[in-house]
Amino acid sequence: MVEGILVEGLIYGILAFGVFVSFRILDFPDLTVEGSFPAGAAAGAVVASAFNLSSNAVLHGLAVPAGMLAGFVVGGIAGFATAAVYHKLRIPPLLAGIVTMTGFYSINLRILGGKPNYPLITNNPMLKLARSFLGGALPSEWSLFASCVLVCLVLFGLLDLFFHTEIGIAMGALGDNENAVIQAGIQPNRLRTWGIMLANALPGLSGAMAAAYQGFADVNLGQGVVASGLATVMLGELIIRSQFISVQLLRVLIGSILFRALMYAARSWGYVAGITPNDLRLLTALLIILSVALSRIKRKR
Amino acid sequence: MVRIEDVVVSFDLGGGQEHTVLNKLSLEVKQGQTVSIIGSNGAGKSTLLNSIAGSIPLHAGHIHLNGEDVTSWAEWERARYLGRVRQDPMAGTAGEMTVIDNLALAARKGPRRFRIATPPRFAREMERKLAELGMGLESRLRENVSRLSGGQRQALTLLMAVISHPTILLLDEHTAALDPANAEIVDALTRRFINEYDLTALIITHDMKRALEQASRVIMMHEGEIIADLSGPEKEKMNVAALVRLFKKVRGSEYAEDRDLLI
Repeated sequence: MVEGILVEGLIYGILAFGVFVSFRILDFPDLTVEGSFPAGAAAGAVVASAFNLSSNAVLHGLAVPAGMLAGFVVGGIAGFATAAVYHKLRIPPLLAGIVTMTGFYSINLRILGGKPNYPLITNNPMLKLARSFLGGALPSEWSLFASCVLVCLVLFGLLDLFFHTEIGIAMGALGDNENAVIQAGIQPNRLRTWGIMLANALPGLSGAMAAAYQGFADVNLGQGVVASGLATVMLGELIIRSQFISVQLLRVLIGSILFRALMYAARSWGYVAGITPNDLRLLTALLIILSVALSRIKRKR
Repeated sequence: MVRIEDVVVSFDLGGGQEHTVLNKLSLEVKQGQTVSIIGSNGAGKSTLLNSIAGSIPLHAGHIHLNGEDVTSWAEWERARYLGRVRQDPMAGTAGEMTVIDNLALAARKGPRRFRIATPPRFAREMERKLAELGMGLESRLRENVSRLSGGQRQALTLLMAVISHPTILLLDEHTAALDPANAEIVDALTRRFINEYDLTALIITHDMKRALEQASRVIMMHEGEIIADLSGPEKEKMNVAALVRLFKKVRGSEYAEDRDLLI
């Protein structure tokens, strides 16, 4: 049970990294994630299993990185679509995200070969590797956890480094005051495009890992992920306050694990209060409201 | 060097009506010259600076910066030559970022690189530059800009505007939102930076006294046109009272109160 919460928390924490980048760094409320997450799941599942079945030993060996990269890249493409629509048509971010998300539903079905669901039961190299990670030194569930920790640590390190570079600082300033970025002689739209691509590439990678973990990719996997990602980010902000980017990134992962634990608790013991799995979305919504309300009270004090 | 040729800017009022803000305006400011721009509200002073910086589209005319025709350049491209400070202390800085990150953003013009933005050497250099401002900012390098006072924030914005060594400085009533003591400090900083960085400066102000003191040339605008351009001995002879008289002559009876002109 605990391993399950931790693994889910870390996998969806990568998604929450993306939500953090769009909502918090870029100040760009991006709904594309509802399309880029399942797109990453679909591309990751299809590519990893195709590579795995390949008779070419090199391709076969590259199944896991190829699947992860496919999810990352496809997510980034979805982000690019949103950025292009937003900049060219000058429509609100929410609308740009909805357009891409809607379009990607069909694209995702195509990636999945026309079926809404793509099972990975017998052909799941990513999960297989994660379970036997560290050469069987750990029980398979904890090996799975360790592999997720490794991926998250690498991503955390790269993102932390990135947000200390000139490009990362400029991206942070863009969400804060676009004028300051323009004054620095930076083309703001190009910078924002890279940011939105990153904010969707991460959910794409998360989707690829989630599909492997669940054993299938599904076209409906994206439903509600923006809200849960946002709840995750806010939960983290509620418990740890900091202006330092390293802490802000780390608390996204902590918030994600906490969020998954809360959802698990609601599923397992919610029946006491008459809560069914159908009510989890309502709980997510209430959690966002509660997080915002509590952060307001905290700020006033 | 700034050269403006026959610039027309008008705003669509809807219903086929247009309001002309700049009416075939031409102006040349030589390298290293400081120009004060005065005029009543709506005279087109801010629009003039906005059209130089590329923040608004022109209907007609050309803008040259440092000998290059930049009329078709986007605002971020023109920024390479320009430092800008507006009236609102919030306008030029990213409030939710630290002082040093803001400085790192402003330290260089142009595309960014994958390189650590604030290495220790950069921090030490900025500490020194902030100490020179005399506003106690050198000890607040890692604090968010939103926590600074208006005066501190505007002094920081001014430093950010010049730190990358642009050639032209555009100031739009940058001390008007500050209390008198802070306005005095920021004004002194402005004069120092203009000399130190050898800047061509266009400064909008409502303060006639300051307009005369800070610049070798004073331009008076009215309804989108330059109606007086004083420099050399003509400007040296000018005092506040004479300037106000000139101003009133143009504005007619609309401007009855002297003190409105002298704030």
